[in-house]
Amino acid sequence: MSSPAASTRAAPSRAHILLEFLGSMNLAITLLMAVAVASVIGTVLKQNEPYQNYIIKFGPFWFEVFEKLALYDVYSAGWFLFILGFLVVSTSVCIYRNAPTMLRSITHFRTHAGLNSLRAFHNRQEWVVPRPEAEVTPQLAAMARTHGYRLRSQDHGDHRIHAAMKGSWNRLGYVFTHAAIVIICIGGLVDGNVPLKLKESSGQIQVETRDIPASQVPAESWLSVKNPSFRGSVTIAEGTSANLAFLQLRDGYLVQPLPFRIELKDFRIEHYFTGQPKSFESDLVIHDPELEEPFESTIAVNHPLIYKGYAIYQASFNDGGSKLNIRAWPLLARELQPHDIESAVFQDVKVTSPRGPLTMELTDFKLYNVNPVEDDDASGKQFRNYGPSFTYKLRDETGAAREYENYMSPVEFEGRSMFISGVRTTPAEPFRYLHIPADGKYSLERFLKFNALLRDQERVRQLAEETTRGSFDQLTLERPELRQEVIENMVHLVGLFTQGGVDAILEQVNRSAPEERRTQVMDAYLKVLQTILGELYLELLAGEGIDFSPGMSETDARFFDDSLNAISSLGHYGAPFFAQLTGFEHLQASGLQIARAPGKNVVYLGCALLTLGVFLMFYVRHSRLWFRVEEKDGHTRLLFAGTGHRHERDFAEEFTRLRSELEQRLGIVDRPAPRP
Amino acid sequence: MSVTQQQMMQGFEKPSFWKTLSWFDWIWAALVIAGGIYAYRNLPHLMDVYEIAILAGSTLALITLGWRWKPARALSLAVVIISLFGISRYGTDLGLAEQDFFLRFLVSSQSAVMWMSALYVMATVAYFAHLLSGSDFVGKVASAMTWSATTMGLVGLMVRWRETYLVGADVGYIPVSNLYEVFILFSIITALVYLYYEGRYRTRAMGAFVLLVISAAVGFLLWYSFDRGAHEIQPLVPALQSYWMKIHVPANFVGYGCFALSAMLGVAYLIAARARPGSTLARRLPDLDLLDDVMYKSIALGFAFFTLATILGALWAAEAWGGYWSWDPKETWALIVWLNYAAWLHMRLTKGWRGVPMAWWAIIGLFSQDMDSGMRRNDVDLSGNVILISAG
Ligand code: HEM
Repeated sequence: MSSPAASTRAAPSRAHILLEFLGSMNLAITLLMAVAVASVIGTVLKQNEPYQNYIIKFGPFWFEVFEKLALYDVYSAGWFLFILGFLVVSTSVCIYRNAPTMLRSITHFRTHAGLNSLRAFHNRQEWVVPRPEAEVTPQLAAMARTHGYRLRSQDHGDHRIHAAMKGSWNRLGYVFTHAAIVIICIGGLVDGNVPLKLKESSGQIQVETRDIPASQVPAESWLSVKNPSFRGSVTIAEGTSANLAFLQLRDGYLVQPLPFRIELKDFRIEHYFTGQPKSFESDLVIHDPELEEPFESTIAVNHPLIYKGYAIYQASFNDGGSKLNIRAWPLLARELQPHDIESAVFQDVKVTSPRGPLTMELTDFKLYNVNPVEDDDASGKQFRNYGPSFTYKLRDETGAAREYENYMSPVEFEGRSMFISGVRTTPAEPFRYLHIPADGKYSLERFLKFNALLRDQERVRQLAEETTRGSFDQLTLERPELRQEVIENMVHLVGLFTQGGVDAILEQVNRSAPEERRTQVMDAYLKVLQTILGELYLELLAGEGIDFSPGMSETDARFFDDSLNAISSLGHYGAPFFAQLTGFEHLQASGLQIARAPGKNVVYLGCALLTLGVFLMFYVRHSRLWFRVEEKDGHTRLLFAGTGHRHERDFAEEFTRLRSELEQRLGIVDRPAPRP
Repeated sequence: MSVTQQQMMQGFEKPSFWKTLSWFDWIWAALVIAGGIYAYRNLPHLMDVYEIAILAGSTLALITLGWRWKPARALSLAVVIISLFGISRYGTDLGLAEQDFFLRFLVSSQSAVMWMSALYVMATVAYFAHLLSGSDFVGKVASAMTWSATTMGLVGLMVRWRETYLVGADVGYIPVSNLYEVFILFSIITALVYLYYEGRYRTRAMGAFVLLVISAAVGFLLWYSFDRGAHEIQPLVPALQSYWMKIHVPANFVGYGCFALSAMLGVAYLIAARARPGSTLARRLPDLDLLDDVMYKSIALGFAFFTLATILGALWAAEAWGGYWSWDPKETWALIVWLNYAAWLHMRLTKGWRGVPMAWWAIIGLFSQDMDSGMRRNDVDLSGNVILISAG
């Protein structure tokens, strides 16, 4: 778009050159593309991660280069804001220079068009009509009006120009669209965290990186309660309240006090039958000193509470420190002495164990665990609730930790009930599960007893002696030390098995036996093991008063196999005890997002203008027609021309239609005027 | 000449828009309004006030669409009739999908989508045959296939809508909420925009190119469905349970459909610009000016809807996350796509750029858009998790 002012001025002033530059299309497009490229960087490179991650990813050199370029927080980087600011200025200048012309053209009919300029139009036609002008003009006017054109006429002495126009609101679209960009950017700036960045770089505030209670956070990390715009979050447990929010900033946070206190009365979560969450809701009570009485409000996802310009959103949920009763059963000891723990989620419990002191960090509790199950019946997929579970981390003195997930009740697996406990060493991997068979009373007792029995070396030795007695009588007469050796071997095998499972035995065989005999040796070992463990198991059953003389029941036999599997994996399981959840009191916490965005309405206004503007620009079509009429000797010389702004192709079709309509109206068959 | 001026003018009086409507137009309006009222009377428990407003808005939009673009009426009627048939076959038992003959082979959403897929691919082949042979008949067959595919795709979505309620009364949702569903939507909208221009400019030469991108979408859809079981109906996470979704997503896909269409016309343009003038190929390929014009129109339409969709997305984000703009990758890519096409429009409108460079640019635009819809996958899959995880 060329500025008419530019061409008439002889020596453009410096200000003018600057305006020319700022309002130039090339600059605008360059800026548009620059914002686009910066945004690409911002999405390709994950923003606002802890700096440690970037150092690992890029190495120290590039880390620093990228940091200097502020690529870890592109959207509040100085250069990015500069480009945005520049775009705002450029668009403003563009509006300043073009809008007046555009607005004028809404009302301006161009009735001064000269003959030559009309003849320069691509769409034009000239006729000599054998009628007086007084008969021709009403026809022109009528035609233009019926097609939605507004008409303005001007007498130029020897000829008259009737100029028509429609869809001129299209030009307003330009003003709206571009003004909207400026308005949106300004509104966004108000809500953005630029002021925060400025305060930070001038040292007025400091990001807190330690994980400490808000009351201990030093004053430099607190923002003013009057802070007009922020977006933070806070987690409130049921029955508690908070009057602040935390603003996440890089690897730390700032504390934003609120002028009121939010209490969480109740948090509810509903599930679909598939176990997926269907809705979260929080019953909040707002305590404001300015209110006579606190008021209640329920928020849900997509249904926030707006109070005094603060918007409070349901963002997430969490455990609120559920109270847990845990019974820790030793897995590695010979006596079965459980240890009861009363604690709560987010608490740490110190534990002494054969593996040294450990810290049990209770991390979560879940009331429901609905999982899909492949079922045989015709209905296909089904879902089952595995019941409550809790998770904890077991940290040793070196700081290394494993994470456990234990279910409260036994779960049905292929017709057997199992207690399950998952373990993993990093959050990235899936849990691997330990399956402990439940006994007839759905308890852990039989398994635990059996496990403890295996670890009772004296009892194992005793049993080994008993089993070898009969078969070795002959041999031992000749070599008494042989029997002792076999007994020791048996005890050793059981020991290996209880410590490292079948793997440990395999390892030993690989170490000691020549390669060609390994399978044979392994088989023999397993057979021996099976025998002695079987004896121990029978003893256990006898102790329970079960009569297995007619043969062991299938359930009991299965139990034996399952137990061996479980014991064999205890080495990998890693925990020296099994933490059984015996009771709980469920407490939930609601994660709220709290925002104050005074620029929001400005932005929304801009958005409305933008939408309106864009549709005006594209779908209101701006077209102009001219009729130049000149009477001579009872004939009328008529020039008809037209142009369609930004829709020339469609306008050309319309023009053709108008032209033939005009010919019919005027009764012209085919008599174009001779060119003068 | 004894004709009075009055008489002459009467013959040309352009009737008002309302008078141009035929009785069939009014029947159409009556039918759509009846449908809207039926929905309002029978399903009020499923709608909040915003959704009632959306229903009213859609009713008006559909009437206008039918008045302005007549073939839309036959399409809508066919979709309604077949969908109602499918829904009635179900009754209240989703299990019938496997047992009922019609459902199994024709009108369960899964089968309808398969029909749609097959027909779009066949239409692509037919359009190419039309382009190469110049046969009018083949061209008509191609168009008919595209219309049928679109019908079946819409039926698929409609029946699926009902199916979501059959899975569980509390599960029901409008099927524009996961990647599988929006790919169906994308194919349908791209085809509809194309069919509009096909009728408007009375040429089928562009079809081969446009249907190519639809076939690609169908290919993805089939892979996603067979390999990932994406067609299974999953209940909506709470974040997606919003009336915003019902307008944001369709608006967005009008944008994507138009941009994809313009990119494919860009491809056609580049090929046509290279064809030897006067050769058979050059005669069969669409006219360069036409391509340029339709490319612009479709970008303009896409840009308008994309602007609207992005704004709706921001409004939704404000209501769900507490911020209308967070520079998250999804929003940012939408901005990138938007800026890209804004620059494109400026180049064309103010600098007068035409032809080959604009065609290349439209094609490149498609890639930025792909990134964007790729991001959208996170939108759908993660938004549930985000809500769970952000508690951290
Ligand atoms: C983010 C910034 C901008 C956006 C999104 C934007 C958007 C648009 C759009 C969509 C059009 C429509 C074209 C049409 O159909 O007429 C347009 C036209 C135009 N824009 Fe921009 N624009 C931006 C910045 C600028 C700037 C900085 C300038 C100043 C040089 C500018 C100058 C123009 C002009 C002169 C037109 C043509 C108006 C006409 O005659 O129809 N734009 N803009």
